[in-house]
Amino acid sequence: MAERKVAWKKRSDNTLIGGDHTRIDGVEKASGHAKYAADINTAGTLFARLLTFKGGAAVVKSIDTADAEKTPGVRAVHVFNGAGKELRWDGTIVAAVAADTPEQAEDGVRAIKVAYETKPHWVDEEDLPGATAAAGKRTKPLGDNKKGDVAAALKAAKHVHKGYYGIATISHMCLETHGSHCEWDGEDKLNVHLSTQNVSGTGGQFAGPLGIDASNVSITCNYIGGGFGSKFAADEWGVACAQLAKKAGKPVRLMLDRATELKIGGTRPSGFAEVTIAADAEGNITVWDSHHWGTSGIAGSTISLGQLPYCFDGIPNRNRKATGISTNTGPNRAWRAPPHPQLCAVTDTVIDDLAAKMGANSYDIFMKNLDKTPKPDVYAEEMKIGAKLIDWKAKWHAHGKGGGKSVKRGLGMALHRWGGRAGATTCTVKVHPDGAVETFLGSQDLGTGTRTVIAITLAETFGLGINDVKVNLGNNSYPKANPSGGSITVGGVSGPHRRAGLEALWKIYDLVAAKYKVEADSLSAKGGKILSAGKSVCTWKQACGLLGPMPLEVQGQGPKNDGLTSQGVAGIQMADVSVDIETGIVRINELVAVQDCGLIIDELTARSQVYGGLIMGIAYALSEERVMDNRTGRFINADLENYKLPRIGDIGKLKVHMYQPDSEYERGVVGLGEPPVISTGAAISNAVANATGVRVPVQPLTPQRVLEALKGGQA
Amino acid sequence: MRPFEYARPQNESEALDLLNDHDANTAVLAGGTDLIALLQEDLQAPQRVVDIKQVESMQGIAADGDGVVIGALTTLEEISESPMLADYRSLGDVVDGVRAIQIQQMGTLGGDLCHLPNCWFYRNGYGLLALENGESLVAAGDNRYHAILGNQGPAKFVSAARFAPALIAWGADVRVIGPDAGSSEWLPLEHFFVTPKVESQGVSVLKPGQLISHVRLPATTGRVSSTYEVLQMEGLDWPLATAAATIDLDGGVVREASIVMGHVAPMPWVAHEAAQSLIGQPVDEVSAGRAGEIAVAQATPLRDNAYKVQLAKTAVKRAVLSAADMLEGAL
Repeated sequence: MAERKVAWKKRSDNTLIGGDHTRIDGVEKASGHAKYAADINTAGTLFARLLTFKGGAAVVKSIDTADAEKTPGVRAVHVFNGAGKELRWDGTIVAAVAADTPEQAEDGVRAIKVAYETKPHWVDEEDLPGATAAAGKRTKPLGDNKKGDVAAALKAAKHVHKGYYGIATISHMCLETHGSHCEWDGEDKLNVHLSTQNVSGTGGQFAGPLGIDASNVSITCNYIGGGFGSKFAADEWGVACAQLAKKAGKPVRLMLDRATELKIGGTRPSGFAEVTIAADAEGNITVWDSHHWGTSGIAGSTISLGQLPYCFDGIPNRNRKATGISTNTGPNRAWRAPPHPQLCAVTDTVIDDLAAKMGANSYDIFMKNLDKTPKPDVYAEEMKIGAKLIDWKAKWHAHGKGGGKSVKRGLGMALHRWGGRAGATTCTVKVHPDGAVETFLGSQDLGTGTRTVIAITLAETFGLGINDVKVNLGNNSYPKANPSGGSITVGGVSGPHRRAGLEALWKIYDLVAAKYKVEADSLSAKGGKILSAGKSVCTWKQACGLLGPMPLEVQGQGPKNDGLTSQGVAGIQMADVSVDIETGIVRINELVAVQDCGLIIDELTARSQVYGGLIMGIAYALSEERVMDNRTGRFINADLENYKLPRIGDIGKLKVHMYQPDSEYERGVVGLGEPPVISTGAAISNAVANATGVRVPVQPLTPQRVLEALKGGQA
Repeated sequence: MRPFEYARPQNESEALDLLNDHDANTAVLAGGTDLIALLQEDLQAPQRVVDIKQVESMQGIAADGDGVVIGALTTLEEISESPMLADYRSLGDVVDGVRAIQIQQMGTLGGDLCHLPNCWFYRNGYGLLALENGESLVAAGDNRYHAILGNQGPAKFVSAARFAPALIAWGADVRVIGPDAGSSEWLPLEHFFVTPKVESQGVSVLKPGQLISHVRLPATTGRVSSTYEVLQMEGLDWPLATAAATIDLDGGVVREASIVMGHVAPMPWVAHEAAQSLIGQPVDEVSAGRAGEIAVAQATPLRDNAYKVQLAKTAVKRAVLSAADMLEGAL
């Protein structure tokens, strides 16, 4: 028998992989049958409400919960931060109350008496001189490093541009806020429905603080209303939910309210940079010199030093320096592709301004310098496709020549990269004697279509339909899977399922070969049948009947070096915008994304990922930002009226092209979740600069910032 | 939300009786698009909520001589769809700007005129004037969305009433009823709003136990109108600045004009001089632009909101041009 080798099918042999398939859980989600942690409401479930700190910084002098405990309907009170505890940002949870009704829980919260001693705060993330002069050592150097000889190269350069750039902090804004439903089963067994990206890894985070065995914690997350990097942990409010449930002797559901979600659910750090860039007469970039700063909260970090200039590592002469600002603001958490959107926002805008200074077409300058990127050939091909889709050649004009009287139009582009290696995953695939197929794994569907991708992988392998596969995930009693973060899930789950599927299939082939006297090597599975040299031998069900009374159970693991998965993607985006120079309003006419991600299992869900990335990109490019009020230290726009997110009318036309020549297919599966959100902001900013001839230095490009830039005439 | 009594009167008299119990620590519920949020955020804690949606006399749109009377409970959608209001285009412009179907269907005209400010200090519990030991938190804090006119006193929020500029520019009157069951008074809408000097003054002349029952518009007499709202977002969003213009054109030349700005001051801001500048002029970029300049000439922007001067100026220019169907090329 020929050696059996794990691989994907030849591309042309696929019947499902690479096609457009709607999600197997789409109807459940769209019809409201899918249950999220926020929906769990077992008999007797109590409602929890939070008392949060409203200010910049303080110490709790005293807290008295006696009246809260006596409030009608209140079953339990939990203090997070008691007397003597330092509160270092707006929204810090002080206490929680669980009661029979939400209103009673609110009554309980109001009955808690807290005395605070106010402390000085600093919340300005952009004002470096101010932070440096502020009391309490607010700034710290985060390193600097050099490559080549910047001074000499600047002297030799033909074109030099110096500018200021930045991108504000945004907050995680999951549709389903952070939280859980906790229910005790006896004294030491805890059932948690947790809104999490980390089903397999959060049990222990409950067990430790609660003093129970990790084996006694059941974590369930069948559906999650967004995570984006902010939901890897049990979190103090998750543990508190379990503690409230224990105290009350009843199940408790504790989800963060919207304001608290915005304040403490995690932020994307800011970055502001002064940059000098230079090029030779031909437009080859020779110099990068930057100092950037920003904040990640009290820890005082900013976007990483080591990755600037973003994607253009090959610029030969480079100085870079970073300074962190410690602010009294909620802490950061990984936000979709950390910190690439910020890095891109302070790199590709600089390159675009250099092109403007040279009087060059931005496209040409990006193209010319692709040799300094990790994937020059892929970027070049993607740029050509993108240019065609947006009609770059016909629409391009020099910066500031955007036509129109009050409404100017412009084009911009930017590029990005990401890893997307497969995450460690184990699955157990069961093939039952009646032909039923199911799989179990402790992964989660973050919204990327995990269930669908798994079903397609097994169905393709067994020659079945997608709905013939039952996918069981979202419980920590299933085999362990990595958290879904870093765009590692689709690669993470598809490899092990292909491996397990093939191993199961080969066992079934052996049984079929023995029974029907055909060569196992000649067998294939297609259309619910087992074929030999293209001719039907038996049905899938008949083949599985040969297993005997017990199901066949195969464990799949990954990643492995067998070519099923790999890592590393490029990707380019182009924007066509209109800018009303009398109001500073920017509207998206069209966004084009060209994205590679190796072998695509379901192109429909892949494109959806990119659409979602573009929409989030439009949000942080144009309207979304955390506003910290210096005077009060408050996160003053922590509501959905003033924390401005785009609606359908703000989106414009989106065109997504999945770049998938055979060379991509041969790479195997690479993660896609994060990259599409990275370069949207820079592409839009560049388009605005092209339209108006003025760089609006800081994203989001609000009417205020656009008008201030136009007034200042910053180029 | 704290517990409260809920009452549902069937007529104006019942409504006033119910509103005036509990020392008038009561609240009027119409569409609820503002009140519910105020209750949820504990910014208002009335002992009784009086749901006036069943009060028949406050519904609908009716002819009134040459003019029109609009019940305070008339929804935004009804305003937009009413043939009787089709010639008052500036009102329809406001409904279009609201964009959210939910608000258009639930929100009422009276509710809009009584809408409390969206000032983020107010909404975060610092009070209408947001004073702390006599210091204005607005002046010292982030005031990017605050007033650029009429902001020299303690009030620095902007009026949230979206219909007010258009209605005032049309010369609308408002009928205020209560606190006694028999009392009612018509007054010019322009005189309805106040800029409070102390917290208890509120944002209008309404005293506890009073409410708006109707708004009366004069005949259009051939006048044209438009409201221009500068909206950052295409979805539900509050205007950064608004202007409404009502113009009487005679052979392309302005015979009479009225311009009112919104979201630039603690109350709707009537720009008399700007309107005056148009009289005798043809409507064009120059005259409309000059009206915009004049309208903001006295602006006193705060630390963060100088950009709103430009927006208000543009809103006035565009409202004038739009009223005359001459607005082109705006986003």
